[in-house]
Amino acid sequence: MTLGADGRPGGRGDRREGRGCGVRHLYVHLPFCAHRCGYCDFVTLVGRVSDHGRYVDALLAELELERGALAPRLETIFLGGGTPTVTSAAELARLLAALPTAEEVTVEANPETVTPELARLLRDHGVTRVSVGAQSFRPHLLAVLERRATPAAVRAAVYALRDVGFDNISLDLLYGIPSQSAADLERDLSDALVLEPEHLSCYELEAKLGTRFTHTYGNELARQAEAMEDYFERVVARLTGAGYRWYETANFCVDPEHADGRDLRARHNLAYWRGRDYLGIGIGAVSTVEGHRWRTTPRLGAYLAALGRGEAPPRELEPLSPTVRRRERVLLGLRLDEPLALHGLESAVDLAALDRLEELGLARRTRWDDAGETLALTARGRFLGGGVTAELLA
Amino acid sequence: MDQERIRNFSIIAHIDHGKSTLADRILELTDAVSSREMREQVLDTMELERERGITIKAQAVRVHWKGHELNLIDTPGHVDFTYEVSRSLQACEGALLVVDAAQGIEAQTLANAYLAIENDLEIVPVVNKIDLPQADPEGTAAELADLVGESPERVLRISAKTGEGVADVLDAVVQRVPTPGGDADAPARALVFDSSYDQYRGVVAFVRVVDGSFRRRERLRAMAAGTRFEAEELGFFSPTMRPAESLGTGEVGYVITGLKDVSRLRVGDTLTSEERPADMPLPGYKDVKPMVFSGLYPTDSDDYPELRDALEKLKLNDAALFYEPETSQALGFGFRCGFLGLLHMEIVRERLEREFDLDLLVTAPNVAYRVTTHAGETIEVHSPADMPAEFEQIEEPYIRASIIVPKEYVGSVMELCNERRGRYGSLEYLSESRVHLTYELPLAEVVLDFYDQLKSRTRGYASFDYDLAGFREADLARVDILVGGEPVDALSLIVHRASAYERGRALVERLRDEIPRQMFDVAIQAAIGSRVIARETVKARRKDVLAKCYGGDITRKRKLLEKQKAGKKRMKQVGMVEVPQEAFLAVLNLGQEPRR
Repeated sequence: MTLGADGRPGGRGDRREGRGCGVRHLYVHLPFCAHRCGYCDFVTLVGRVSDHGRYVDALLAELELERGALAPRLETIFLGGGTPTVTSAAELARLLAALPTAEEVTVEANPETVTPELARLLRDHGVTRVSVGAQSFRPHLLAVLERRATPAAVRAAVYALRDVGFDNISLDLLYGIPSQSAADLERDLSDALVLEPEHLSCYELEAKLGTRFTHTYGNELARQAEAMEDYFERVVARLTGAGYRWYETANFCVDPEHADGRDLRARHNLAYWRGRDYLGIGIGAVSTVEGHRWRTTPRLGAYLAALGRGEAPPRELEPLSPTVRRRERVLLGLRLDEPLALHGLESAVDLAALDRLEELGLARRTRWDDAGETLALTARGRFLGGGVTAELLA
Repeated sequence: MDQERIRNFSIIAHIDHGKSTLADRILELTDAVSSREMREQVLDTMELERERGITIKAQAVRVHWKGHELNLIDTPGHVDFTYEVSRSLQACEGALLVVDAAQGIEAQTLANAYLAIENDLEIVPVVNKIDLPQADPEGTAAELADLVGESPERVLRISAKTGEGVADVLDAVVQRVPTPGGDADAPARALVFDSSYDQYRGVVAFVRVVDGSFRRRERLRAMAAGTRFEAEELGFFSPTMRPAESLGTGEVGYVITGLKDVSRLRVGDTLTSEERPADMPLPGYKDVKPMVFSGLYPTDSDDYPELRDALEKLKLNDAALFYEPETSQALGFGFRCGFLGLLHMEIVRERLEREFDLDLLVTAPNVAYRVTTHAGETIEVHSPADMPAEFEQIEEPYIRASIIVPKEYVGSVMELCNERRGRYGSLEYLSESRVHLTYELPLAEVVLDFYDQLKSRTRGYASFDYDLAGFREADLARVDILVGGEPVDALSLIVHRASAYERGRALVERLRDEIPRQMFDVAIQAAIGSRVIARETVKARRKDVLAKCYGGDITRKRKLLEKQKAGKKRMKQVGMVEVPQEAFLAVLNLGQEPRR
């Protein structure tokens, strides 16, 4: 496991980031998809090409309404979905052109949508990073997931991005797919590694309640749970063995040592895990700004109508008390491989539980000269991160 | 009433052989109850008794028949209350022995008939339910005549249901049951054959006056307990309370004592007058001791005060009930309770749940053990947790079991008794097809699931009764269950060494299935002393993560973890191991013990 480049806990910069300086992280939700995958529980819309233009208009209108909250210079923008890259090329280009600039601009893409033209479009509009939803390289598993891309399409997408000069590509992989054998998993990891992505996100497939997938495969997944229990360990062992840094529960990036010192962590997501404020625009998008959280309506009609009138879209507000914020800082911070500075968070941590977890070799406290006390999970603690965090929360 | 014209009798019958119906007919026939008052089985007052078809508290009713005063003393119908039955019988000179013409003699009939014979009662044999199509009045009459040593012609054949032959029963009581003896001029003595508690009037004693007489407002003394009180009121039931100025020699009635605690006036005690006390109490007083013990815990620990209050109230009416506070690390605060037997335990449990609306966890019952320490001291142990690790000798209570069964099941009953460490006593043919078996069995083997096994192995045909046969030395061991190396008090067992492995193994396996996986391996062991006899492991979880957590998921993930944390708080902590309360419930709850 690697700490920050200097071997010190990261996130110290956060305290310098005073309030009122503005939000430096922007999320843009593009809900359109060519097809809704069975396991998906995101806010997505299939087809509706005729709405793309109006939706981009609305996004830009919402951005205009919120501009006051944004810092003059953004650090990161993330375009997520849905499948941002099924948005019609002209509208996507218009949106990208209208967005403010940022040091990191990530776009999520499904492999089958990444043509050389799209790759050029993204590059030409300031996108610095592309996250490709590969999920698997095994045709029978892609079929279970109802993914449309073939393994060949995944490779072609990566090549297309490389060809136009992208040097920060992330691949999403899923494991724990019904009928996936350990050998299947190893082959998926091999196939992914051959493409030398700078970043990998590996998620265990969750059978989310209410999805078509859970309806079809829920029982089978439960039956296979024991056999798949060590898949997470396999993923981590394989990727760290290949020179990747396991910097977040489900995220890996090429270690700076093998990347000319580049920090290839997803900066936008890092902002979430470090508890920074972020603004989300688009339907179903969540924002957290200065102790308030809101979720914009997931209903396209209501969203378009409100912004068409120049009004803010309907939003569900969630006040965040300082106590809740502290708990979130702990639960998010413990997902990272960098130690979490405990200063100011002491009341959110159950100290008796912490003692117990240290005794079990799952968590570790360290006292630093200049950073005060920090908390980190051990490697085993990270595999049990959910349970450990639940225990740790006061 | 002239002593010569008094008849005191009771009815002995197996459950469902028609005792209560016959009592009802007698009350009707003697006009003790108007038809308006008449309801089914007027003597059984408690709701529970009516539902279970058993009688818990004896009562006495006075009726008149052809110039005679007949006192019908109702007896409890179950083995757990043998002592109460014997006291009730002691208040009588005669007994109707009622047997179902379709069923024949059952074990309980035998046990109570022997009790009556021991008490020198005149037995009037009655075959009931002769109206049933499957009835065999002649065969049953022959069995009965054989049992009591009468000629079959003297056996009455009746149908309490239709009323046929009931008048003959009353005539037989007058003709055959002796008049009560006793000296009307001697210092007054009365046998307390039952008592109950009334929240307004205190303890009500049911008495049979043996010598002399008692008057209202007289100062009285209970000779065994030494309790003194004034007879606030006395009288008899006919069938409701009828106050009277006095109770004379040979008569049966009640005395309202005003005492606030039934334990101050126990069944079997002798009442006498303070003014002119008797020298000697009546014989046969015995302090009944509980033999079966189990832990009672509220399922919701907040209900502990309610459970305590409920037990206090029950105890007012049930002198045999014993309880003391007990704390279990697994189950929290509760009580260790002592009962006369399994049925008594079930009755108490049901009353607590029904009358007091409590949700209870009842731990597997155990018996009272007598342990001699190395120092030579003898202690009685009521809970496995109190069993010393080292001892010189341990004794356990045995019972004499009396089992009546169709002959084709004799083999399976003997097999069951042998499995349960039984010692064969006798085998006797009651008729061509029915066999009476006796065995001596450790009570501990009976409290487990003996009834259920007996029933299932004889398709319900066996009838069973027992009485205590004293303590015997036994090769017993205390089996402790350890979770993560920590003993769990509530799960300790005292078992015969030969079955220690099997029982330990079964518990350990059950717990393995009930304890959720933790963040570390959890050993579940059964041990005798420091020797582990069975072990299972709940393997540590290898992963437990929330797969994704980005800006849109934080609230949901936080709530998930908070829920998980709240769930952990409801767990019982055994050392480092978190065990859900349900795991203990599943393993401990009575009736959920895996059947062998």
